[in-house]
Amino acid sequence: MIDFKLPSLGADMEEGTLLQWHVKPGDTVKRGQVVAVVDTSKAAVDVEIWHDGVMAELLVQPGDKVPVGTVLATLQAPGETAPPPAAVRHPVSPSARRRARELGIDPDGVNGTGAQGSVTLADIEAAARAQPAPAPAPVALADRQTEMRKAIAAAMSRSKREIPHYYLAETIPMQAATVWLQQHNEGLPITERMLPAVLLLKAVALALRRTPELNGFHRDGHFQASVPVHAGVAISLRGGGLVAPALHDVGAKPLDQLMRELADLVKRARAGSLRSSEMSDPTITVTNLGDQGAEAVFGVIYPPQVALVGFGSILVRPWVQDGEVRALPTVRATLAADHRVSDGHRGALFLVELRELLQRPQALAQAFTAPQDKPGASP
Amino acid sequence: MNTDRQTLTTTVLSLLAAIAPELEPEALNPERPLRQQVDLDSMDWLNFLVSLHQRFGVDIPESDYARLVCLKDVVDYVQARLPADAAGAPAQAGA
Repeated sequence: MIDFKLPSLGADMEEGTLLQWHVKPGDTVKRGQVVAVVDTSKAAVDVEIWHDGVMAELLVQPGDKVPVGTVLATLQAPGETAPPPAAVRHPVSPSARRRARELGIDPDGVNGTGAQGSVTLADIEAAARAQPAPAPAPVALADRQTEMRKAIAAAMSRSKREIPHYYLAETIPMQAATVWLQQHNEGLPITERMLPAVLLLKAVALALRRTPELNGFHRDGHFQASVPVHAGVAISLRGGGLVAPALHDVGAKPLDQLMRELADLVKRARAGSLRSSEMSDPTITVTNLGDQGAEAVFGVIYPPQVALVGFGSILVRPWVQDGEVRALPTVRATLAADHRVSDGHRGALFLVELRELLQRPQALAQAFTAPQDKPGASP
Repeated sequence: MNTDRQTLTTTVLSLLAAIAPELEPEALNPERPLRQQVDLDSMDWLNFLVSLHQRFGVDIPESDYARLVCLKDVVDYVQARLPADAAGAPAQAGA
């Protein structure tokens, strides 16, 4: 029997409220299938299961608030024999069985008060009255804002308390990338055009091949590097707050696929329909202030990650090239990294590699490798 | 403002409100930069332009983005490219 526990959906989550089960005992489930919806302080999240099997017992009911790590349900592994039934079935009168069907109640699960413990119509009616209320609605917007601010404060305080941050910045010329992007988008339908953010994300993923100590998790006193780059994309939410769900395996995907997945991720983040693997998988965070943003951002690392890459707005600024001052689009890239795992020299190598990659956008468009790992495989 | 333009402006604002639900249309100055008045990031702005394209069937090349600054610019741009009686009418499927 396998325990299905409430996963941590980010450093700022300590507990969650089960909103809904999508499965019932006896259902066959596949690895990666969404089996429940859990409300965190930030959003309602679709929780996936990480084993194939058959659902055995649902231990937590909709409306229950439980800490991370609580066993939500038990699961029979494939081939495992079902345990013997917990109780002997009692007879059910035909009228009771009909009424149970109307009310959506399992009559075999109702205590019988009739002759020899048989289940009567009155038992069914009583069981219906005793049923828990329907799944609670997600937290109201105002409460959500308060809860989210608390959760962000807790995670960021922990980060600043535990992680010795260091910060680096580099101004990167974006002329080549901007021209390449204009040419790429020219003539394409508006629905297929790419945003500069996609090039930046791809360049981060490829630059990390040179400095793997910036990509992974620091847990229990040790750093564990991750081969795939699951970029946590910081997405601001309307009305305040932010989430940073994973764009999976950025280095392995072509740019047009990344653009589609990024658009979908932003849409779902704002609609509150993210998946648990997206919340727990990011191996590094990338925050991009976009074209309305400030010049630079110095981020706070999201534990247990060990680095955060920030991009300010891409703007035309003075730039010295070949001994002359020119007006060129540039972007300020920053790195906040964890001194327990890396140092400024290695961090600087990362930013230099990032700068060089962004001078060759065509190569970025062509560079993708076979997926290294399945999303959600990280603990 | 004639009726067609009013209808067009209302439709444009409804598309904007679908992306920024907190929008208060009456508080918008149509001659001030839209993105200084409504919090729209790059993805929101792209989605707004996509919704204009899908609603009105108007092509918006990337080279024209810089012309679309104020609400008035957006309405002018769409109006200039619409058939005379099509303000507020849905575009053909797939347009």
